[in-house]
Amino acid sequence: MSTAFQQEIHIALGDLKLQKTITAATDRFSEKRLDVVAPNVLPEYQELRDQAHHIKQHTLDHLDYYLETVEARVQSRGGHVVWCADAEAAVNAVIAIARKHDAKLAVKSKSMVSEEIHLNDALEKNGIEPVETDLGEYIQQLARERPYHIVAPALHKTRGDVADLFVEKLGVERNEEPEELTQVARRVLRRKFLDADMGISGANFVVAESGAVVLVENEGNIRMTTSAPRIHVAVAGIEKLIPRAADLAVFLKLLGRSGSGQPITSYTSFLSGPRRDGEINGPDEFYLLLVDNGRTRVLADKEKRQTLYCIRCGACSNVCPVYRRIGGHSYPGAYSGPIGAILTPQFAGLGHEPALPFASSLCGACGEVCPVKIDIPRMLLALRRDVKKGEARENRWLPEKLAFRGWSWVMRRPWVFEWAGFSAQAFLSGQDGHSWIRTGPALLAPWTATRDFPPLAPRSFRELWRARQSSSGWIPTDAARKQKKNA
Amino acid sequence: MPDREQVLSNVRSALGRRVGQPAPDPPPSRIVVPQWSREERIRRFSNNFRGETFVAPSADEARDFVAEKIDGYETIASKDEFLCDLGLVNLPDVRVNVDDPHELRVLCATAGAGLTGATYAIADPGALAVLASNEEERLISLLPPRHVAVLPARRVLTSLDELFAVLPDPALESSSLVLIGGPSRTGDIEMSLTLGVHGPREVYVVIV
Repeated sequence: MSTAFQQEIHIALGDLKLQKTITAATDRFSEKRLDVVAPNVLPEYQELRDQAHHIKQHTLDHLDYYLETVEARVQSRGGHVVWCADAEAAVNAVIAIARKHDAKLAVKSKSMVSEEIHLNDALEKNGIEPVETDLGEYIQQLARERPYHIVAPALHKTRGDVADLFVEKLGVERNEEPEELTQVARRVLRRKFLDADMGISGANFVVAESGAVVLVENEGNIRMTTSAPRIHVAVAGIEKLIPRAADLAVFLKLLGRSGSGQPITSYTSFLSGPRRDGEINGPDEFYLLLVDNGRTRVLADKEKRQTLYCIRCGACSNVCPVYRRIGGHSYPGAYSGPIGAILTPQFAGLGHEPALPFASSLCGACGEVCPVKIDIPRMLLALRRDVKKGEARENRWLPEKLAFRGWSWVMRRPWVFEWAGFSAQAFLSGQDGHSWIRTGPALLAPWTATRDFPPLAPRSFRELWRARQSSSGWIPTDAARKQKKNA
Repeated sequence: MPDREQVLSNVRSALGRRVGQPAPDPPPSRIVVPQWSREERIRRFSNNFRGETFVAPSADEARDFVAEKIDGYETIASKDEFLCDLGLVNLPDVRVNVDDPHELRVLCATAGAGLTGATYAIADPGALAVLASNEEERLISLLPPRHVAVLPARRVLTSLDELFAVLPDPALESSSLVLIGGPSRTGDIEMSLTLGVHGPREVYVVIV
């Protein structure tokens, strides 16, 4: 396990206030989601998930075709398409656009890919002021932290935390009421919206046939970002494409419900290029950035290609027993939760984050709630296999390999297994047979450092089974065979 | 290699596809339009929409309702034909026909109410669909703290499916289609629901 990852986990686990805040928020998200996908409310829910999965599958299987389609459509309406092979190319493209149009102030709406490529840092270094305008993201920017959750960036902060932050950074009087805090942000950001030269957004979907980006939100900050400034730059991963506008009838029904438990969010914008003749407000220039940054590597892996179907709703984090304990900042990279555990190692290359696929109990809840039916548990297993194969090639962690080989040998020999159980019992009752085993001997010590083992039962299952059979008269096959032999 | 060629060639080699190779048709779109009467559509819209809905039996009643909601507020109105037909733009303190982009922005930012039409209303889920145009400006429904939208009952559709059946490609009509599901809101501080973040806090829909 990477030490940084482990340290973050320990910090999160030790913070009781944080644990309470995460549990409350993720529980609320999950309850709200269940209310709006229940069979009596949305009978076609499973059918929609299948359809969404198939549309994403089709689009990604023919991605070159759809990328060229969207490029042609955007250009035909006077917009620009910028292709970006990696993070560096993407941030340089945004900086170049800002320079070209002499933009100094950029308002930004929430965008995970902009976190992934560290856009804000790069803009600041180049004299362009980026201002996050989603309330949660604004809070995170003031605190100089990365988002804690894919849809709720400041999920871990209490109203008190936000009040303190606003006093410190904005010089306002302390007030803990969310209503009042929101009004403070409205006043500060309203000015920024109207002064900004450039608006930077992400894209929930990119509609190939229309040459349009689709943006889903509740606050209105995305509408401001994309309508008020004279330049709109939309940054999108190449996996965000869908073929037609009509496919939104499927995706919009799933995204709001899975993300925030809403049948539809307050605003859904369908934006196809710069302001047209006759339209009064709206951007003069529209740029669509198509970012690869590791995505084509995932695309090439047929087994795990479906990782790219993700629509970033965050539902998997809300139900994940691991996310709910270790929190969003424990995960390295921009993406947290189960989807982060499979996205980050694939984007960054498995060698960079080998611990992530193991940060899961494999309970399967993430796969069950995924609106596009990504089989996250299977992806986790496949990544674990890849990590172990890599380690085997390099001959690392020999003791573990030997231990599992030994385990397999024992498991195939019932008499050895029984003898081992018996001697463990004898060994432990020599100590204190009733309490939990906190530290294992010798080679087991690293394993038990993070795990406790329950005390062994006084009689093994096999013993109990035999006793039960001899008293009941019913003979299981194994014993029956033996009896026959003896007779 | 320029980024465009590099990305496209990586995509093609990942998928084993050739330059210029066409794609088969995508899976058929799943468009299921329910058969609901006009009354049923309006009833469902009123239930589902998260703002306030007023069903006006006549133009006069629509005008009275709007007049009451914008009373005392500086109001900026769009040039929507239906608003003009109903005479709503002639109500006191209503500004209309502002074509200078800068002036319009300032007015939107200072007005107490924005009065617009709507291309469609959608019964399930309750939402307005608004295409931007010379007659329907993007910022009027966004900047003022109060938004009143007025539309005729015949433009109330059943569902998102029907919206995309009548508007298969919104990009052909306008640079911007926005679906409005209710007031601007956030739950970003302790999941506590707060209205009127950047957009309007109050949204009224008048169906005539």
